[in-house]
Amino acid sequence: MHIIVLAKQVPDIEKVKFLRETNRVDRKSADSEINPFDLNALEAAQQMKEQLGATVTVISMGPQSAEAVLREGIARDADRGILLYDDSFAGADTLATSYTLAAAIRKVGDFDLILCGETTVDGDTGQVGPGLAERLGVSLLPFVSELTKVSTDKVTAVTETSAGSLSVEASFPLLITGTKELNTPRLPTLKEKLRARKAEVEKWTAADLGDVDPVKLGIAGSATWVESIALPPEKKRKGEVLQGEDAASQLVAALDKAGLLKG
Amino acid sequence: MENKGILIYVEREGGRVHPICYELLGKGRDLADKTDSKVSCAVLGSGITETAQELVAYGADTVYVYDDESLATFDSLAHKQNLVSLISEVQPAIVMFGSTLTGKALAPRVATAVEAGLTSNCTALELQEDGSLLQVRPAFTGNFLAHVKTSSDITMVTVRYRALEAGQKDEGRKGEIVKKGVEKVDSGVKVLGKGEAKPASIAGADIVVCAGRGLRNADDFELVQQLADALGGVVGATRPLVDDGWISKDHQVGFSGTIVKPKLYVGVGVSGSPQHLAGIRDSGTIVAINSDPSVALFRIADYAVVGDLYQVIPQMIELLKKK
Repeated sequence: MHIIVLAKQVPDIEKVKFLRETNRVDRKSADSEINPFDLNALEAAQQMKEQLGATVTVISMGPQSAEAVLREGIARDADRGILLYDDSFAGADTLATSYTLAAAIRKVGDFDLILCGETTVDGDTGQVGPGLAERLGVSLLPFVSELTKVSTDKVTAVTETSAGSLSVEASFPLLITGTKELNTPRLPTLKEKLRARKAEVEKWTAADLGDVDPVKLGIAGSATWVESIALPPEKKRKGEVLQGEDAASQLVAALDKAGLLKG
Repeated sequence: MENKGILIYVEREGGRVHPICYELLGKGRDLADKTDSKVSCAVLGSGITETAQELVAYGADTVYVYDDESLATFDSLAHKQNLVSLISEVQPAIVMFGSTLTGKALAPRVATAVEAGLTSNCTALELQEDGSLLQVRPAFTGNFLAHVKTSSDITMVTVRYRALEAGQKDEGRKGEIVKKGVEKVDSGVKVLGKGEAKPASIAGADIVVCAGRGLRNADDFELVQQLADALGGVVGATRPLVDDGWISKDHQVGFSGTIVKPKLYVGVGVSGSPQHLAGIRDSGTIVAINSDPSVALFRIADYAVVGDLYQVIPQMIELLKKK
């Protein structure tokens, strides 16, 4: 059984600054970390490996520093970490990203299951997972909150939909995007961290991907671009401070006057 | 934009059309009128043919109906396959989806299949003088708005619920209803059972009462629920409370949970982290109840109540019951 986990290095989204001149994130303004949802995907893969003896490959596309997220994966018992790193990959939107990842996965070879987070906290599109399922022609279980049962050829899982949760059975090959509820990621032990630090992370450039169309990579292969960035308009607020014994009644009276209490 | 029109994917939720679709139709109709083009809808499911007339009343020129038992539950592969065939047939300039769990699973598959640019979670769509479509989406924890453009022939978007105005219903409007043959796809995904139906969604609620760190323990959500009941609203929570397992994720208000736009938002014991504020920014009236007047939520509140939530809430419930 072969499981592929996708991981991405993201800036600490609460702290990161934005460069208005280039419409890009200033990577130096905040620390980088692994996308939090990817830790749930890694934990799920690790549990499957423990139960069923799977091989786990972690793949990330990003700058050289993204090697760190692959080491995070290796510390969580992944067998192999591959960084897709090439200047021609830069500036990719989700269309170009899924194209590049699909090419890398074909190169890696057969897989049973691809696991990724439901979204990344920086771009917050959630598009790469479903897009990749399409490129590879496999079924998709989106927003999986529970892996109920896993065997070597199928899973039983709970998937969240607009109308509520569904219990489903899906056969491999399959791509799963996981929510935060999927599991509680364990922290690697010091020993595991040390081992990951010494492990080899493979680095693949566009040339290593074999037969790829260069115009489908990176910025050239992207169909969307950010033209400008604006500050959201601030709504004018009343800013009335209510305090003292009768604050609650002042508030209820004000809401009533504004027609916000149902009659 | 050439005159190839607008296609709207009609999502169905628990036997009805998801209200986001009427909002997409409102915007779609507006864009079509400005560019002298047509709006069409694609509705997929089982026993759904009668919804088509309703979509015409809300502004659709053409409704493509895919009514088949095999489409009874949403499957991204089956819906994608039928939509992709329809797109290659009608060649729309713009394809719109709701930014719901269903739309988010489906739109990227469709966009990738036809190599179209997709912008997700849009809050505004504006036709530019050159005929292109400007797509506005919140970025970076909602602290900025990104203005996005698309270079592919087809522009695809998912649009956030309650961001756009719903179209006007007009029973007299005429439109064409086209019954389509259904392409069946075996995705290898079998539905075994349905979980509990979701409680009233915070995304669609007119009144949200949201609890934050000021709440002392999980049991006290009962008090918050009582206030929500008295106001006729639903209960939300900030991220730390969800992370601690006090309440489920579908109650999480904020950029990393659900972005809400209720008529009335009441934050009790909420300090107001940037990601939380980004998720409530567009609320009609904002009320903050907190014993600490220095919290960030007070700075964007219409009514800032300085007081202990454990005193203020019971007083409010009493007063509301008398109404």
